[in-house]
Amino acid sequence: MSVVYALVAASLFGCGLYMVLSRAVVRLVLGLSLVATAVNLMIFQAGRIRSEQPPIIPAGAKQLGESADPVPQALILTAIVIGFALTVMFAALALRSYRDRGTLVNEGAGPAEQLGDPFTGSVGDDR
Amino acid sequence: MIADTVADTMADGIAFWPVAIPLGAAAITTLLRRRPALQRGAMEAAVLLMLASSVWLLAHVAHAGIAGMAFGGWGAPFGVTFVADRLGAALTTVTSLVALAVAIYARAEIRARRRRAGFDPIFLAMLAAVNGAFLTGDIFNLYVWFELMLVVAMGLVTIDRRPAQIDGAIRYAAMSMLGATFILIGIGLLYGETGTLDMASISAALVGREPSMTLSAAAYLLFAGFALKAGLFPFFFWLPASYHTAPITASAALAGLLTKVGFYACLRVFVVVFHAVGEPAVPGLPALFTMVAVATMVLCVLAAIAQIDVRRLLAFHIICQVAYMMLGLALLSLLGITAAIFYMLHSMLVQAGLFLGAGAMGRATGGYDLRRAGGLMRERPLLAALFATLALSLSGVPPLSGFWAKFLVIDAAFRGGATWLGVTALVVGLLTLYSMSEIWTDAFWRSPPRPGKLTRAVPPAMVTAMALLAACTMGMGLAIGPVSGFARAAAVQMLTPTTTGQDASSPTAAPMLIPMKVDRWAP
Repeated sequence: MSVVYALVAASLFGCGLYMVLSRAVVRLVLGLSLVATAVNLMIFQAGRIRSEQPPIIPAGAKQLGESADPVPQALILTAIVIGFALTVMFAALALRSYRDRGTLVNEGAGPAEQLGDPFTGSVGDDR
Repeated sequence: MIADTVADTMADGIAFWPVAIPLGAAAITTLLRRRPALQRGAMEAAVLLMLASSVWLLAHVAHAGIAGMAFGGWGAPFGVTFVADRLGAALTTVTSLVALAVAIYARAEIRARRRRAGFDPIFLAMLAAVNGAFLTGDIFNLYVWFELMLVVAMGLVTIDRRPAQIDGAIRYAAMSMLGATFILIGIGLLYGETGTLDMASISAALVGREPSMTLSAAAYLLFAGFALKAGLFPFFFWLPASYHTAPITASAALAGLLTKVGFYACLRVFVVVFHAVGEPAVPGLPALFTMVAVATMVLCVLAAIAQIDVRRLLAFHIICQVAYMMLGLALLSLLGITAAIFYMLHSMLVQAGLFLGAGAMGRATGGYDLRRAGGLMRERPLLAALFATLALSLSGVPPLSGFWAKFLVIDAAFRGGATWLGVTALVVGLLTLYSMSEIWTDAFWRSPPRPGKLTRAVPPAMVTAMALLAACTMGMGLAIGPVSGFARAAAVQMLTPTTTGQDASSPTAAPMLIPMKVDRWAP
């Protein structure tokens, strides 16, 4: 079971990284979400997924027997929320960029780096 | 009676005030969006309060030792704790000083339109995130502060919604999100290995641990993530592509604070958690630190020399300065870590000051292009003097703090037997001086490229803000004895294993938690 989870996480991560390498901003956003999902799965796995018992400590016992560790699940919940917020922010940036430039594909230096050329003496239009 | 209760409550949360004040003020300033004057007043009051609370924290920590705080009474191995040691308290204080200078400067540059766009709440939230990262004792909490920092930095960069800003923010966000992912995997692996997220507890669990695959993977991933945030080679390119697009007030705050948080995380995690000094549990890490530091230093100073836009030039210098701190860490000695701590304190002040200076220069000459600037020394002598102070401090000229910062790093390198590292640092220092003299000659010394073109007046708020930071670097340089003594004490405190000052004040809470099974990774 662990191997299956590991393989799923690895393939999600691989696909995510491949998409992050793209020049299209939408693929970048999707790729980053895939990577975040892969990481969440991985942390989930760090807490183990093998228990079928309810998480109740029997009287007298100090420790829950064969149980999953709850902390990673709390971590994942936090990470999902953060990842969601960042993805939304990023999507908003992508939308704005599309409205400004009419394209979602970044080719070469974008407006942030067009500040003039030191060799030809041309001056950028950035304020 | 009531006064006593209030004083007790305030003293209990001493480690949390530098985060709580800006966070609360961010909410208040959001409500005041339609009243720019009131909003500005609230922001400035919050920054002053934050300065007061962090100075109080610093005095308390220097006098009475580490101040800790456990949220909800959940003790160290399980709950989230705040731990203010000397390093954290000093960094918080310097953050507040930078924030004060930026708040003063904002009076001249941040007009009502940008305030309506939310400059004040975003700036305050950034300060809360930075202080939170400096004070937290929990590694997952550190990650959360990093993410908060990223979101607010994107807000600051895109505040005017110009195409260049959106483009810069996309580059920044893409790289930073990837870096945060690496940090998160590292934390997950570390948790799987040790069963706790509290940095002091992880540190205790890793004492004498054999090197293992998981541990190495966690360490390298964490380093990749933190190096990306700190702008180290090979992950530096997003920084000069995005920082300069923000309004210069915001750039100064980003330049002064954010990369240092990345380096701080490196320092804290590798020195305290992974015991990098002493017997390292992760092989190969010191060599990697050295390589990254040297490559960053040399490449970025050369890149800085080639720039013609003063903001981009300074952006490359930010990274170059972080490399000096990394060199101090790479030496893995008490002297090296002392030097890194001193360098961090110095660099936060000077980088922010130089960006503010670039903004004042841009205001006076009408642009940031060095080829179009000139004549400032004759017409704006005060601005020229302040800029020169900060630039000389960056390049390491005595008696300013930059000299001592470089001196401590290079001295630690020679004493540690790493002669070639010391020589590299010296050469890069010389190149930094050359690069600063380039700005000086172009913008200040020579006459304007078009004769008869007069410079515009610089608002007093801009000059005051620069003067504050220049006075700080001068003061740090003149009071080198106490300040470097403090940095050394902070380094000693980091290298001494402690129980993080988090007294086990919650004996009732601990047994309720499910004890961790250590052999969870056994087949």
